Amino acid sequence: MSVLVGYDTRLVVQGMSGTAGAFHAKQMVEYGTNVVAGVTPGKGGSKVAGLEQVPLYDTVDEAVRLAHANTTVIYVPPPFAADAILEAAAAGIETIICITEGIPARDMIKVKYVLDLEYPGVVLVGPNCPGVITPGQCKVGIMPGYIHKPGGVGVVSRSGTLTYEVVGQLTKLGLGQSTAIGIGGDPVKGTDFIDALAWFANDPGTSSIFMIGEIGGDSEERAAQFIKDNIDKPVAAFIGGQTAPPGKRMGHAGAIISGGKGAAKDKIAALQAANIAVAATPAEMGSTLAKVLASASTRG
Amino acid sequence: MKIHEYQGKQLFRKYGVPVPIGIAATSVEEAIAAIPKVQQQAGTEVVVVKAQIHAGGRGKGGGVKVAKTKAEAEEAVKKIFGMNLVTPQTGPEGKKVQRLLVEQGLAIEHEYYLGMLLDRTTGRVTVMASREGGMDIEEVAEKHPEKIIRESVNPATGWQDNQSRTLAKALGITGKVANELAMFMRTLTRAYDDLDCSLLEINPLITTKDGKVIALDAKINFDDNAMFRHPELEEMRDPNEEDASEQEAKKWDLSYISLEGNIGCMVNGAGLAMSTMDIIKFYGGAPANFLDVGGGATAEKVTAAFKIITSDPEVKAIFVNIFGGIMKCDTIAEGVIKAVKETGLKQPLVVRLEGTNVELGKKMLAESGLNIVAAADMADGAQKVVQAAKEQR
Repeated sequence: MSVLVGYDTRLVVQGMSGTAGAFHAKQMVEYGTNVVAGVTPGKGGSKVAGLEQVPLYDTVDEAVRLAHANTTVIYVPPPFAADAILEAAAAGIETIICITEGIPARDMIKVKYVLDLEYPGVVLVGPNCPGVITPGQCKVGIMPGYIHKPGGVGVVSRSGTLTYEVVGQLTKLGLGQSTAIGIGGDPVKGTDFIDALAWFANDPGTSSIFMIGEIGGDSEERAAQFIKDNIDKPVAAFIGGQTAPPGKRMGHAGAIISGGKGAAKDKIAALQAANIAVAATPAEMGSTLAKVLASASTRG
Repeated sequence: MKIHEYQGKQLFRKYGVPVPIGIAATSVEEAIAAIPKVQQQAGTEVVVVKAQIHAGGRGKGGGVKVAKTKAEAEEAVKKIFGMNLVTPQTGPEGKKVQRLLVEQGLAIEHEYYLGMLLDRTTGRVTVMASREGGMDIEEVAEKHPEKIIRESVNPATGWQDNQSRTLAKALGITGKVANELAMFMRTLTRAYDDLDCSLLEINPLITTKDGKVIALDAKINFDDNAMFRHPELEEMRDPNEEDASEQEAKKWDLSYISLEGNIGCMVNGAGLAMSTMDIIKFYGGAPANFLDVGGGATAEKVTAAFKIITSDPEVKAIFVNIFGGIMKCDTIAEGVIKAVKETGLKQPLVVRLEGTNVELGKKMLAESGLNIVAAADMADGAQKVVQAAKEQR
């Protein structure tokens, strides 16, 4: 079992003829992901070197109609990325994973508004994220595939490389992953912790969860409450930025809007209050979950 | 990106947002010449001389003076220009004042607070306002959150006049002045959207004795991701307000923030970079910087990052912590070796590599003949670099 991506995924790569798009499309094909199409406006019908077997179209609509794509991954440059997301939604794609970093907030505010209103069934992951991987089945994004191992830990993270760090630690401890979701660190994004946590809660293939948060905003606090109220599976967490100096915040207004929330210590306190084990250092993320699992099994 | 108050007011003027009459100056002579011009245009004797630095709290540090006569104004100009202004936001070292704004004095009826920024929870821009303007708004938010009014901007319709009426009612602004506020908000919200602002703060927003609504202050930050749409705003950048290393980093598309400690850090990914700082502190060290080399770094970029780190004289040891995904470990190794050869590294260097092509990267470092300490993992590397920095003292 898995969440979001798996054996059923038929992937279209938006921006496949670009440097990043082509590189990662090849990596995904090598991993075994079913890449059924690429899209680059104006280059439909041509071939991308090393990806000759993948048809390239001008529009996502063609990729859906002709290649039956049901999931997209977006590597389109920031000025055109918002348009790419909306094109995918309009073409009927239900899972949109946007890797692009640097999309203006004003664009994402509009995208989020339109998706919520007109495409309530569409799931957007990102932008500015490493993607989603179901180890052994399907890799969609930019993460190094070989560090993963199939298993029962659901991973959800706001940070890219910290996700690799926890996955690497879990794999070394023999703890495989059901699905790892990088939700990205942008202020306006699609999937948030609570969405991913709910999917993991309902996924029979997920037996425990690791969550990586960061300073800023209040998603972690809301996630802690959600876990307390809804999740029976063992959960461990880590919060990055515990020693980040204050003063890099956005003036007075930033502090006001968060209602004083956003500091690492508040997030850690909220998680601990929900009985979630929080790793003291980023080097102990894997072992923290392992300890939780060991004590759960002795109790069980 | 941040700009000065006078630049913010120039942009406000362009959008029709009412601001006081004023002239900016970059020397004492210019500022003195501006005084009679402002007096004449405004038709009043009273002017305000305001220091232009990016940090807030300027009034508290003596960077803002109200002058009743031309002589008083000249005295204020001479006093403020060139002074080292210390405010709660500059840190104890302060900031040298190199620009001034000479502005008309106004007969203030009441001071309000007005702010606009993105609310991450709702994914919408939010307008915040309070009757308690001019003072420490954070304190108001903490002690009397009910005194701050919030209205969110619908992404499809934009700000609506009815929201201005709600705002006026809550702020106790009535009659024709309420209409003035609606005009003010219409132009201000358009400016926020058009200019891709990430923060807009007016503290204070004032009503005058003759019933006008005017922005007495203008603090604007822009969304760095949207700067490609605004080449005209790039020209407003003040190099005196930016850390030299941070500017060099920007050229190479590196995310760098200088800090107080003595352990230089080079990491890929913002989350891992922050956590690397955390683990250095956990083992008793202090990071000299935050540096994220990003995902798609080349050997040249790594070399540039190294030079920026070593340009900080406080750096006693360096920790390279890489979990390569897109970023291949051999690329990092190539960059590190090149940088060490070019800069002639004096400090101990601890490298932790993991991820794509890790074996090749480790082999390149081992065979380089350079004095590099290899770390087994993040915790091992952090402990080794903290120890190395201590031994250097």
